[in-house]
Amino acid sequence: MTPGAFASLAALLLVAPALPGIATKTKSVLTGRRGAPVLQLYYDLWKLVRKGVVYSTTTTWVFRVGPVVVLGSLLVAALFLPLDGRAAPAHFAGDLVAFAAALALGRFALVLAGLDTGSSFEGMGASREVTVATFAEPALFLCFIALVLATGDLSLSGMLGAPLAAAWPHAGASLTLVGISLFVLLLAECSRVPIDDPATHLELTMIHEVIVLDHSGPDLALILYGSALKLALFGALVVEVFVPRAALAAPVAVVVLVAGLGAVAAGVGVVESIMARLRLDRVPQLLVGASALALVGIILLLR
Amino acid sequence: MSAFDELDLRNRHAIPLAAVPVEPVERFRETVVGAVRGGWRLVTMFGMPEGGDDTRLIAILAHDARGALGATSAVVRDRYPALTPDCPQAHVFERELAEQCAVCPDGHPWLKPLRRHLPDHRAPCRTDVVLDPDAYPFFRIDGEEVHEVAVGPVHAGIIEPGHFRLQAHGENVLFLEIMLGFQHRGIERLLETADPVRAVLVAESIAGDTVIGHVGAYCGAIEALARSRKTPRAQTIRGLALELERLANHIGDLGAIAGDVAYQPAAAFFGRMRGECLNALMTLSGNRYGRGLIRPGGVAFDVPAAMAAELRAKLERLRDELSPVATLMFESGSVQGRLEGVGVVPRAQCLALGFVGPVARSCDVARDVRHDHPYGIFRFAHIPVATAWAGDVHARALVRWLEVRRSLEFVIEQLAELPRGEPRVPCGALRPEELVVAMQEGWRGEIAHVVITDDRGGIRRHKVTDPSLHNWTAVALALPGNQISDFPLCNKSFNLSYAGHDL
Repeated sequence: MTPGAFASLAALLLVAPALPGIATKTKSVLTGRRGAPVLQLYYDLWKLVRKGVVYSTTTTWVFRVGPVVVLGSLLVAALFLPLDGRAAPAHFAGDLVAFAAALALGRFALVLAGLDTGSSFEGMGASREVTVATFAEPALFLCFIALVLATGDLSLSGMLGAPLAAAWPHAGASLTLVGISLFVLLLAECSRVPIDDPATHLELTMIHEVIVLDHSGPDLALILYGSALKLALFGALVVEVFVPRAALAAPVAVVVLVAGLGAVAAGVGVVESIMARLRLDRVPQLLVGASALALVGIILLLR
Repeated sequence: MSAFDELDLRNRHAIPLAAVPVEPVERFRETVVGAVRGGWRLVTMFGMPEGGDDTRLIAILAHDARGALGATSAVVRDRYPALTPDCPQAHVFERELAEQCAVCPDGHPWLKPLRRHLPDHRAPCRTDVVLDPDAYPFFRIDGEEVHEVAVGPVHAGIIEPGHFRLQAHGENVLFLEIMLGFQHRGIERLLETADPVRAVLVAESIAGDTVIGHVGAYCGAIEALARSRKTPRAQTIRGLALELERLANHIGDLGAIAGDVAYQPAAAFFGRMRGECLNALMTLSGNRYGRGLIRPGGVAFDVPAAMAAELRAKLERLRDELSPVATLMFESGSVQGRLEGVGVVPRAQCLALGFVGPVARSCDVARDVRHDHPYGIFRFAHIPVATAWAGDVHARALVRWLEVRRSLEFVIEQLAELPRGEPRVPCGALRPEELVVAMQEGWRGEIAHVVITDDRGGIRRHKVTDPSLHNWTAVALALPGNQISDFPLCNKSFNLSYAGHDL
């Protein structure tokens, strides 16, 4: 691992909990409120890790293992992203499948842990989470295919590294569509408005939040940190597509990444301030729309 | 013309109890069923212990177009043929009767405990119980793919307790059953037994968000029985308080509906503006919910000219601030997409089951006590009735918004020139052996207090009917066919009271 790659990974892990805070703060300011501090999640995590854990008697080891697998799989996925704009700590041809598989494994563990509680709420949330994923995953792969076609490289390090900067002049339209599609995916994968409402207290309407209702203490801290990290990962994807950083000096690349993540989080906050959440049965339509955008990007590259 | 004409029963106008006919139960049943078929509706129906084994059933009906009220009664023992099969409006009242008075309505299709308590108005010589308060037979749909979701009585938000049981197929709701009664405090017994000073406090606490509504109806009943005449000034101040309560709650509801669909701008701004209306009530009464303001004989506090001017300026500013937010909400496509076509209450169902308030007005049933059975200030200053036709969440939100605008105009207009007079005049002793129906259009709809005095001028029976009692059925019927994830939104668009239902 190069020092640059290490520094950018460390930066990502460090700033991740600030991103939901930035989104919430943006939303609060835009709707005329003061809002919670940007660093609220850090305080929450610190509070939670010092707390005890309560396990329901109906749960098994599946429930306890869930949060660890969730966070672990996200950390593995982070290793495949060229966060310094050059090369990822781990990369091989086709690692984009490994990236998606790591995300899917995390989700699988989360959903199993939810089902393990036997609560009808969590079962419902699990069903919804998987439904959303069914539509989000093809969109992610279509985005990757467009990137592969644009850069001619089969690893994330190549697709999002140096070849990407070279591809922008001739494949700008496709890459823009891919970037937008990835932003919609970020909203879906990270349970933000208009797909899910992270601020709601209504269990019957939740998608992601309802699966983790039974987790407490350090387990919940892992889940919350995992959610923030997922937002950071997808944010990094969006930033990397729009801002190729291979030509920048390593420290500058890290600073640009962090600034970009902040901008993406603020963008999420803006979306949450200007629109209502979609009706649940409309969510697949939005995700199919994201797939369509990526597909148009692919078609533009095939001509 | 109808059988009730010679009674001359009107809103807040006491009549001798002896004038209310006592019919044989078969005849009583025919009278009520026939009247409801002829355009009357059931305001309330309740039992009054008559000594020995007997219970007197009393039905109060209203004809909204004529502004008339009717009453009839029958004396029964332990059972009588239920009205519900021929008059669905009676279903909830007969469940209440079975539970409260241990009188069994034979042939009632849905005879389940309403509030799950033991009879508290049973005839003195009877000891039996018709409904076991501890056993609630839930309706269940069988099938391999049908699943049951139980919500409450403890909810995620800071709301009242109620249990909802949904039979669902995937995300689709097949059936919703609502079990209430967790808030039962024995309000009617308290109102009948407490001394008058305390009873008015009980009346203020029937539903925490409808203080003015209930205490206004309570005082209306007491004043009618005492033949006390309020001054125009007192009537106007009561009207102001009632409309401010409506404003606060309607604006709060609009914000809450926006919040449920995650539309932040409207949720945040309406939330703040609700506070402005509560503050206005605070200025009037010293309490954000208007407690302590309305007392038999008038109002406890006068409104000095300076206060009226200050309130008026504040409300005019509020009027200017409200419109842009409402426009933002109602014209946003993403919000419309969530509200339209969800939780539809069909007009025919509303008429058959007698829903009231904004729920009825949102499916084109123009029912408003202020307009149909005017009282106090509303006899002189008319507020147009706001209606919509679709009966969905959007229509209910729209009716609220229209009412907000009209109530605000009313309040601003009335504050400009308050009539003179004493804020409060003494309220004398109650006349013996009389019956009065005091109705009031609270923000949720028709509040009815029926008070019957005994031979010494004490209170013999005090029946409270909150609009929620009528309208909870609407929630249960509006949900099947919708998405389970739309249930909270749907429920919020009705925003019914648990305490008002449970009494």
